[in-house]
Amino acid sequence: MKLFTNKAKSLLLAGTLMGAMTSLTAQADMKLIGSGASFPAPIYSKWFKDFSKEHDGVRVDYQSKGSGGGISDFINETVDFAASDAAMKDEEIAKVNKGTILLPMTAGEVVLTFNLDGVTSLNLPRDVYPEIFMGKITQWNDPKIQAANPNVTLPEKRITVVVRADSSGTSYVFTNHLSAISDAFKETVGTAKSPNWPNAGTFVKAPKNDGIAATVKQTPGAIGYVEYGFAKLTKLPTAKLENQKGNFIEAGSESGAQALASTPFPTTNLPNSDVPDLRGWVTDPSSEEAYPIASFTWLLVYKDMDDEKAKVMRDLIEYMVTTGQKSADSLGYIPLPENVIEKVRNAAKMIQ
Amino acid sequence: MAYDPFKSDSSDMTLSAPPSASDYLQDSIFRFFALFCALSIILLVAYIIIELGSQAWPAVQQHGIGFITGTTWDVNQSEFGVLPEIWGTLYSSLLALLIGGILGVAIAIFLTQDFMPAKLSVSFRTIIELLAAIPSVVYGLWGIYVLIPLLRPGANWLHEHLGWFPFFGTELSGPGLAPAALVLAIMILPTVAAISADAFRRIPYKIKEAAFGMGATKWEVILKVMLPTASSGILAGLVLGFGRALGETMALAMLIGNMNNISISLFAPANTLASLLASTFPEASQIEIEALMYAALVLLLITFLVNIGGLMIQQMTMRKFEGKS
Repeated sequence: MKLFTNKAKSLLLAGTLMGAMTSLTAQADMKLIGSGASFPAPIYSKWFKDFSKEHDGVRVDYQSKGSGGGISDFINETVDFAASDAAMKDEEIAKVNKGTILLPMTAGEVVLTFNLDGVTSLNLPRDVYPEIFMGKITQWNDPKIQAANPNVTLPEKRITVVVRADSSGTSYVFTNHLSAISDAFKETVGTAKSPNWPNAGTFVKAPKNDGIAATVKQTPGAIGYVEYGFAKLTKLPTAKLENQKGNFIEAGSESGAQALASTPFPTTNLPNSDVPDLRGWVTDPSSEEAYPIASFTWLLVYKDMDDEKAKVMRDLIEYMVTTGQKSADSLGYIPLPENVIEKVRNAAKMIQ
Repeated sequence: MAYDPFKSDSSDMTLSAPPSASDYLQDSIFRFFALFCALSIILLVAYIIIELGSQAWPAVQQHGIGFITGTTWDVNQSEFGVLPEIWGTLYSSLLALLIGGILGVAIAIFLTQDFMPAKLSVSFRTIIELLAAIPSVVYGLWGIYVLIPLLRPGANWLHEHLGWFPFFGTELSGPGLAPAALVLAIMILPTVAAISADAFRRIPYKIKEAAFGMGATKWEVILKVMLPTASSGILAGLVLGFGRALGETMALAMLIGNMNNISISLFAPANTLASLLASTFPEASQIEIEALMYAALVLLLITFLVNIGGLMIQQMTMRKFEGKS
């Protein structure tokens, strides 16, 4: 008899539990899953959390696994959306059956952080920093560097160049810029997510942004590239870079916005579709006060979606380009320029 | 209750009796279970090799032996070669084995040959075994923040004054072979020390007593009697430690510099197979994944050969010192 009551109790309990679970799933029946670039992951997760809070029954999950992983998830249709710092290539877009829309969502800068005892401010000319990353300039007191920094005594020290060990959108943006301003760099190293860095003994590779930051911090005479937001968060010293107009510019939201404002966008549509091509690269911005290395990061969405999902997706994008942009600056990202927001809005309307 | 042999019942286990049917059953169940476990390990290894092999097959066909002799890893040109990684894997692991092996055996001698009170040696041993519980990424961070700055002045002094000597051929800027090998040595230390200490403890006390009785000094006993007698156990510890060093991933990815260099210099950046896999796998494209699977297969093969080699040496020493075959 006692056994029976126990059984009855547990049955009852299981019943209520299941009831509770079904009501939970009923509440959160709309779930968008995304994956991809790690660079915008901090701001995306903030946006998605806030958006879920404001919209009952909607949940947006984002897994930061890198641009390459995001693109292949997107092609294999295992996600509802993806994100990439290197946009998508034409042949990748061709593999997506449900149609592709590429939307710039936010932007970032790549900065050069260095470790030189007693040096807090460093100017790096346009013809110097590509050569450092080609392994051609190997001493800090190289006359070319010294000439740009008249008030600084540079040590007679070997330059240790720290680059990314993993394939990364940051490397892509950085080498894309270096290839744009130096033909020699384009020929020897080239633009890639995992570039073909010279195999000199002065180069070391470290995993991820934090690996580069830690290695540069611990290595006197080192230089490396990281995301601006990351450098800002960890208070790394960053070099001023010479832009196209010959000014030495510090990275920041102002100089980044200047760079973005001059981005040329293609006037055509994406291959084999009526979606405007928003793959704008600002490889070498021409404004006076523009920081030279800035880039958008893209959201990849399908053109054909479930009606319900498409509506939520459009709402989400509207949220990201309006309320979302306000939190960009404090997190180390550059807010989108007004003209780009307009382009994103128009393209987002095509999600059906 | 006093024991009464005339009133003993079936539950009285002090009397011997033929095994009952249930004893037989238990026995055969246990034997079957043990056999199942042993077989499943063999099956698991076979499955891993087959799975890895089938994923690596396209790359094996395409790159062939050139994969092992090639020295560039360039995704953009689809050119893959892992000779620098094989070199770095073996070089760093051998260095680690040299340092960690000598230290580990020394610690085992120190712990088991009455150099310290028994109680103290237990706590000392626990501390050394705790080293094995430290996560590899913590070792990596410790290497970056503590070990490298500690090594740098000495290493650069060596390079300046003895730079002609190939081992000190380059400057130690930051990550490189030396810090990686040192961290590896610390990581394999608990394995080597614990297994060697067990091997020493297993030696019957009478052997030691007999040697002392012949008038041998403490050091003669340790070096000429204990060490050879325990050698097969020590070797087992070294092989296990070497295996760990070959496969270690995270700490090395953070410390070795990840450059495709083949350099004899201790201070040059290098790369290992495991750290190549760890740092490039997450973002790899299909072609690169196949090449990485091939690299993993090479690593598996190296580990396999090391274990077989270790086993053979162990057999030889057992025959030589312990008279077993």
